[in-house]
Amino acid sequence: MKQPSTRKKPAARQTTRGKRDSAKYDLRLYVAGNTQKSSAALQNLERICAEHLGGQYRIEVIDLLKNPALARGDQILAIPTLVRRLPSPIRKIIGDLSDTSRVLVGLDVKPHA
Amino acid sequence: MRPSKSSGGAARAFPRRLLPKAKTGIAGLDEITGGGLPKGRPTLVCGGPGCGKTMLAMEFLVRGATEFQEPGVFMSFEETADDLVQNVASMGFDLNALQARKKIFIDEVRVARSEIHETGEYDLEALFIRLGHAIDSVGAKRVVLDTLEALFGGFSNATLLRAELRRLFDWLKERNVTAIITGERGQGQLTRQGLEEYVSDCVILLDHRVANQLTIRRMRIVKYRGSVHGTDEYPFLIAERGISVLPITSLGLSHRASSEILSSGIEDLDPELGGGFYSSSSVLVSGLAGTGKSTFAAHFAAGACARKDKALYVAMEQSPDELLRNTKGVGLPLKRHVASGFLKFHALRPTAHGLELHLTTIHRLVEEFEPRVVIVDAISSFIGMGINAEVTSMLVRLIDFLKTKQITLYMTSLNETGEMLDRTGANISSVVDAWLLLRNVERNSSRVRTVSILKSRGMAHSTATHPFSITSRGILLESPLASQGAP
Repeated sequence: MKQPSTRKKPAARQTTRGKRDSAKYDLRLYVAGNTQKSSAALQNLERICAEHLGGQYRIEVIDLLKNPALARGDQILAIPTLVRRLPSPIRKIIGDLSDTSRVLVGLDVKPHA
Repeated sequence: MRPSKSSGGAARAFPRRLLPKAKTGIAGLDEITGGGLPKGRPTLVCGGPGCGKTMLAMEFLVRGATEFQEPGVFMSFEETADDLVQNVASMGFDLNALQARKKIFIDEVRVARSEIHETGEYDLEALFIRLGHAIDSVGAKRVVLDTLEALFGGFSNATLLRAELRRLFDWLKERNVTAIITGERGQGQLTRQGLEEYVSDCVILLDHRVANQLTIRRMRIVKYRGSVHGTDEYPFLIAERGISVLPITSLGLSHRASSEILSSGIEDLDPELGGGFYSSSSVLVSGLAGTGKSTFAAHFAAGACARKDKALYVAMEQSPDELLRNTKGVGLPLKRHVASGFLKFHALRPTAHGLELHLTTIHRLVEEFEPRVVIVDAISSFIGMGINAEVTSMLVRLIDFLKTKQITLYMTSLNETGEMLDRTGANISSVVDAWLLLRNVERNSSRVRTVSILKSRGMAHSTATHPFSITSRGILLESPLASQGAP
């Protein structure tokens, strides 16, 4: 289950940060095309992860315009949606992730002092 | 930022002459909507919990996929796909098979606010993508969103949701799919979230109430832009073959009048009636308990079978076995007619089901058995199963339905009191074509059975009161009581 099937599909735009195998946080960001909200969400996410997750994360970006079928699996309705797949349980954060402290609460991460 | 009612999209600005419609295939619904739902547009179906919204929506999809070559998408916000499959299996629909054949696509949407944190701006683009993908994957022409309002439980930004809903309805129109959107009944408005603001073409309200411990489902077309539609509340049922909306009064009084005359089954009575009863008319026989109503009805049935006409006998007070035994005693070979297939009994337990279910059952039996005459013994059993006005309305609908099928209806009715002639309980004496009144009168310290023809439309009938006796050879009429001067 740790290897998402989407990984094999080249059409899905992906970016991966951090260490692949030892990633503690497995994150997926669902977007629809290259919209302002989507790019803001990705920028915010990358910044928050770099600042607070200490390299223990992996980010996968899924563009639903290219892979519409994937919206079903994670029960995605809103765009952008961030899904924390690991550690379980699954958590979802919707929006452009502009509020860092809310994102950290959503990810269940204690912000570094 | 509350959306106002006036900003509705460009399509509305130009009323079209002929509104294209998509048949639902649901029995009766296409009649009251004048041909179905607005094609390529959304229709709102609203009502309280358990009123049958999901069933109606699902049948619309299944009929579309199986009867009109219109595949469909069911987006369920409340029930799981498994539950849906099970629930509609009871109506004989095999959703798994339809999904496998790519006729129906079910997408189960789970909305739970507890799982979702909101931070910053978002929209519901993924919902559109999901729906679009589902539509494309089966080439859907029909879409059901059941119940869209669940979204309000999942997202806190109501302003955004409303804007997105408006966008969704416009998008559905652009995709040119015929859609049913279901909504839960709200207080003071049709739906809790005011979905009726967004759907301007057609709104159907379902209702579910209990009267005298019996469940009655009703449907009303609240609005149908640009189309004539029935405005009444129509009873409907969810039965084993899907939804049936009753009736079919739209056929009205346009039925063809028949000049063919059917025998009453009582040889002596026919001349008094002016020959018998007109074919495809309705006949009422009323009287107190023990006046011979069922025996009259049995004669009529036997007479029909002897002519090789099929007769359906709906028995509400006696079991078919009792009836067979009792009529054998008066020389009517009903058992033989059952064996030869001309006579079919159907026993209805008066209080076991709601009024509508009985009448739908009769409708269905008529469609299957195709009788020439139908006997209902006794319609008074319906009283107490609903408010009198409802009973009357249902019976009038039954009469109309049988008339349009050119079937003769023979009803018996138990009178509560001897004096009130017109108290047939259901007050249908004005609707029927012929009316016989049976009485027991005291004469020379014995009881004499009599029959009077109170009414026989279009017939030169006797006005006398005829005594009769029930013998082992059936009913025999005697000379009219008018001649009672001689002892």
